[in-house]
Parts: sequence; C-alpha cells; structure tokens
Amino acid sequence: MTPLFFQDVRLLDPASGLDAVGGLLVEAGRIADLGAHLDAAPDGAAVIDGAGLCLAPGLIDMRVRLGEPGEEHKETFETLSAAAGRGGVAVVIGLPNTDPPIDDASVVEFVARRAREVKGVKIYVYAAASRGFDGKRLTEIGLLKRAGALAFTDGDHAIADAQMMRRVLSYASGFDALIIQHAEEPALTAGAVATEGEIATRLGLPAGPAAAEAILLERDMRLVELTGARYHAAHLSTGAAVEELASAKRKGLDVSADTAPAYFALNETEILGYRTFAKLTPPLRAESDRRAVVRALRDGVIDIIASDHWGQDQEAKRLPFVQAEPGIVGLETMLPLALELYHKGEIDLLDLLAKMTCNPARLLDLPSGVLTVGAPADLVLFDLDRPTLIDVARFASKSKNSPFDGRPVQGVVMATLVDGRFVYDGRDG
Amino acid sequence: MMMPAASQLSSPHLLGIEGLSPAEIELLLDLSEHYVKMNRSGNKKSDVLRGRTIINVFFEASTRTRTSFELAGKRLGADVINISPEVSAVRKGETLLDTALTLDAMHADLLVVRHPESGAVQLIAEKVRCAVVNGGDGAHEHPTQALLDALAIRRRLGRLHGLVVAICGDILHSRVARSNMLLLKTMGADVRVVAPPTLMPADIDRYGVSVFHDLAEGVRDADIVMMLRLQQERMRGSYVPSIAEYFHFYGLDRAKLAGAKPDALIMHPGPMNRGVEIDSDVADDINRSLIQEQVEMGVAVRMACLDLLTRDLSTNQGTGQ
Repeated sequence: MTPLFFQDVRLLDPASGLDAVGGLLVEAGRIADLGAHLDAAPDGAAVIDGAGLCLAPGLIDMRVRLGEPGEEHKETFETLSAAAGRGGVAVVIGLPNTDPPIDDASVVEFVARRAREVKGVKIYVYAAASRGFDGKRLTEIGLLKRAGALAFTDGDHAIADAQMMRRVLSYASGFDALIIQHAEEPALTAGAVATEGEIATRLGLPAGPAAAEAILLERDMRLVELTGARYHAAHLSTGAAVEELASAKRKGLDVSADTAPAYFALNETEILGYRTFAKLTPPLRAESDRRAVVRALRDGVIDIIASDHWGQDQEAKRLPFVQAEPGIVGLETMLPLALELYHKGEIDLLDLLAKMTCNPARLLDLPSGVLTVGAPADLVLFDLDRPTLIDVARFASKSKNSPFDGRPVQGVVMATLVDGRFVYDGRDG
Repeated sequence: MMMPAASQLSSPHLLGIEGLSPAEIELLLDLSEHYVKMNRSGNKKSDVLRGRTIINVFFEASTRTRTSFELAGKRLGADVINISPEVSAVRKGETLLDTALTLDAMHADLLVVRHPESGAVQLIAEKVRCAVVNGGDGAHEHPTQALLDALAIRRRLGRLHGLVVAICGDILHSRVARSNMLLLKTMGADVRVVAPPTLMPADIDRYGVSVFHDLAEGVRDADIVMMLRLQQERMRGSYVPSIAEYFHFYGLDRAKLAGAKPDALIMHPGPMNRGVEIDSDVADDINRSLIQEQVEMGVAVRMACLDLLTRDLSTNQGTGQ
C-alpha cells in the first residue's frame, strides 16, 4: 500500500485538542506521523491536497440499524457501508434488532464475516440483553462479549421490568459489559406514536407523556447505583431526562448518553400533516426539549451524537401515521446536521467532533476516533463551510426516509478512509 | 493456637455455626475424629444413645443428609424415625408449630429438622423441650455440612487456620456457603467467595470474606476450592443466562484450577451437576477431590453432634396427654 500524505490540511483531533494546519502521513493503514511541522510529503507517498479542508478522525456512529440479516430490502451491508462512507463515518455499531436477533454468538460471528466480505467501513454490533428481547431471560453476556459484541441492549425495546434490569446490570457488571437502554417507560407509551401535547391532540394521534423518558431513566440510575454497572442511555430527547442524567453523573455513576440529530434539529411540529418520515421512537418532542438537548450537548451532559440510522422502504412509511414504521436514515446527514450546532455558535468544533469520534471510542473501547501516531487511519476529509442542500436522491442508503430532504446545511464530506483505504472519495464531485 | 478446651456445647441446640466458639468447634471436630475411627472399625455400633429417640423431620426433600443423620443415630444406638411432614400432616393443614408440638409430646429426645424457610428450625427449637439440630434451613445455615467440610479439610491438611478457601458458585441461595464462611472465619481461615454478581448476596464482605467475580482469580493460590451446586431453575435466564455460559465462566475445570496451589483440594457438598459447576475430570480426581471423604465425614460429624447434644439431657418427660 502506497503511503498517503495529506498536505496543508486543517488537522482536528478532539482527543488531544489539536487544531492546526499541517500534514498527516498514512503508512500500512495506520497514522505514521502528523502535525503542523509536517509540511512536505515523503518520497513515494501519494499526496492529497488538503488546502481549505479539515481532516478529522473518521466518525464513529454508535447507533445504526443494520437491515441484515432479515431486512435486506431496507439496507444491506453494501448499501450501509456506502452510506456511511458518504457520511464521513468510518465505524458503525449495529443494533441487535435483526431477524434473527443478535442474541447468540453465531449471529455476532455472521455479522463479523459479512462485514469482512464487504470490505467497507468497520461494522461492529451490540448483542441483545434479553433473549429475543423478551425482557425476561438474560443472554449469554460473557460468551457474546467474547464473540465481539461491544455492549448489550434490547435496541428500541426498553428493559422494562425492574428486577430484570437489575439482574442485567448486575450480571453485566461481572464482565465489565456496558448496558445500553432505550429509556422510555413502556407502560406509559404503549401504542403511542407522538409526544403528548397540543400537536398530538389536534392530530388525534395516540401519544405518550415526555416524562416516560425521565421516569425510566431515574429508575435506571437507582439500579446503576445499586449494581455498580456501566450504563448508557440511548437517544435522549427530553430536558427532564437530561436532568436525571446530569444528577447521576454528579453522583459519580458510570453513565453516559447519546442523542440523534433529529432531537436537536427538529421538534414535534415536524409531524404536522402526518409526515411519517418524522415518526421516530422516541417521538419528536416539544421545542423546549429540543433546546434542552442542545444545552446538554454543549454542557457535556450528553456525550455522544449517533445517527440512529434506520432505513425504511416506501411501503413501511406510506401508511397512516399510526401504522407507519418509525425511523429515519441518518448516516449521510449526521455530520452536516451536527455542524449546524457549530455554525450557529452553540458548540465548539472540537467538542462537537468529540461526540462522534473519541467519546464513542472511549465508551466502547475502540482504537479508532483519534489522530494519534499508530492509530488506525480511519479519517474523514471534509469542507467545513461549504453550503449544500440535503438531497435524498443522492443517498447511497437503500432507503430514503429522511425528513431533512432539501434542508440547507453547511459542511460536505470529501473523502472517508478506513485503515488508510478510501471507502468514499467525493473530491471530484 | 491455644484456646480453652470445651467439654460441652453452651447451647442445648445446634441451630447454626453462628455463636459457636472456636473451642466448641474444636470439641465437635475432635469428637468426630473419634467416630471416624469407630466407623472404620469392624464394630460400628455403640450404645451411647440407647433408649433415646431421634426424629428426622424433613420438610424438604433430602436423601444424603437424612440418610447420614439416620445412620449416625442408629450407630449410636438410638431409635430413629424419619418423617416428611411436607407429604403428611402439613398437607392436611397442620401448622409448623403443631407438628413440632406433636413430636415433642411423643417424648423425642432430639429433632433433626430441615425446612425450606430460613428461621423455621429456630422457631421449632423455641417451642419444644428436646434438643434440635438444624439439618438445613432455607438459605440460612447448614451447620453439620460446615462441620463435616471442616473435618475433611483438617484431616487432610492438619489445620484450618491460615488456609485459603475459595467458596464458588451460587452463594446467594446457599446455606452451605453461609455456614462455611462463619466456621472458616471463626477458625482463622482466609475465605473468598466467587460468583457472578447476580448470585452474590449484598454486603457479603461483612462476613470478612473477599469477593471475586472471576473464578480463575478467586481460586489463585487457594488451598481449598469449594464448589456449590447451582439449582437448575436458576440457570434459565433469570440469574445466569445458560448452562453453557455458566460452565464456561464459573464451572471448575483444569484450566481455571491451574492458578490454585498445586495440591489444592476440591470439595462439593453434593449432589453435583457435572458439566455445570464442575467438570467430571476435576470432580473424579482421587488426588484432589475430597468429595467422597466429605460424605464419610458427614456421618461421623452427625454422630458427634447427636452425642454432645443428648449427653446432659434429662429424659424428656413431656406433657403429652
């Protein structure tokens, strides 16, 4: 493999705080050298002119629906990998909500083999915390972790029963395994497709209270305290839940959270007109909650941004709102939507990138997400300021369900590399 | 270690290891040694309990403990009868205390009681005039098991003080673990407990034991590795996910035993689940396994307990109508 040299590029490494123009050398799939001092390409290296561009660690998207096995008509590993590459994402971690579910070591191994075949971005998975997501029987957390599962979650099913959650946390703590929870009290949200309030009322849609999120999260924080387990709350969407998390962090509990762009870029008004592309789980919230999520990102209470990518085909979305499937495709829009927060002056650039690079890497113990000599050359080259319109017609994802179609944004991915290999190269177009 | 010699137990009952002094434990173990010798001799029968009546009252199924107590009583010359109230009077609605008082009225000298509820044996002991031996109550205590384990260890290694003993498996539900922790700590052993967090009771370290969640780590440099039985119904996802996972991480096999002392001894209170908490290869190793010896010690220890508890007992006059 010919060495690659990124020349005259703005190096952004959130882990070390590096923000300087310089060079970065890739050799044998790893970062061989980098820094402001590096201004000339070594002999024999292929030179990439980075003038006016940024080079950051390839993004790590910790919450993605795979589609494979079981829903190949919505997403395959090939389309998923292509979409990730276009989005600047070098590493994706898939939810276990496949068919069959990832609750057995053989399915973890199947995914690893398919990911190797595709030779695209890095694809890891979580495994289910309960068998078949039944919320009753523990999965083989020890054996699954050994097989490569990065953490344990029932995906978009909350682990509702308190005794079960306690056992999951307790058992997982014996293996230092991370538990990821979809924090919504299902007894309060059964059948709900929207957040309780004026909009759901006027639309006549079944709705659940926003408090369902804080209620389950608060209970979980008590159980984390009881068990000493590692806990991560997925796609937090309400101010009340953010407060619970902040308070748990102040107590010193080993807890973290992510949110998805929809929860800081949209609010519940998006579902007006019964727009099923804006149907999500948890549902879009009030504007005050959206603002609270932005504040939590800025203050570091929410550690991570994940795309919550969930491809749905036309048939799954062209239905009455209640019957339509939830989810939006997010891999290709995560970076520009996150950069809105930077361009609006809400969050510093490095802090923002940390939430998609070194923070998830640290949480999941991955070697990626940093610009460090010796680290894998998982990189994203992007134009920070270039304006563009989100255009679902250009998505590589097999599904096109995005409420962001036509949204003007700033920030364009020019290239994505995984282990020094281009998985996306859009420098000509 | 010097300790005042004891010639009798301070309590009329043996309800648990808790409250026994080191001297009382030594007394029981020393007398048990005597009965080991007797049991190995041609004439296994003595008449020290001639004329005494012992009733084994087992509210919970048991073969080996009940047989062991029965044999112990008979070898000492007592009349021994077994009843299983779970399948007789209790079914007819008789309360626990009614059953106890009925037996007391029959002028029993000693009751051996096993009950699935913690504290039930003590409740009976408070209501009867005869001596009561706890044959295992709930997840509370199983004192004769701890004594026989201690005897087996002491006979092999000559002492209890300073030994490193790892108790491994379902600590949460185990009365054997609780009695053993109490006895071994009382006698100055260094006790560790090893279990997945779901099978570890809260604040277990207050027993003065150290807590491990990794079996290989927990048995490192141990003199004794004591495995506990995992109940089948606890393996199906509620406490541990599967037998396969449990055996993989918490089943004792050669690889996990490798870090223990080269001559470390293996114990199990039985009945064993081979391939669940212990590999047959280890359980059947005659150089390391104390499991058969534990069964032998059981009879001798129970003889010593029955002997000591009936020595100063005036004949139970009773007040039965």
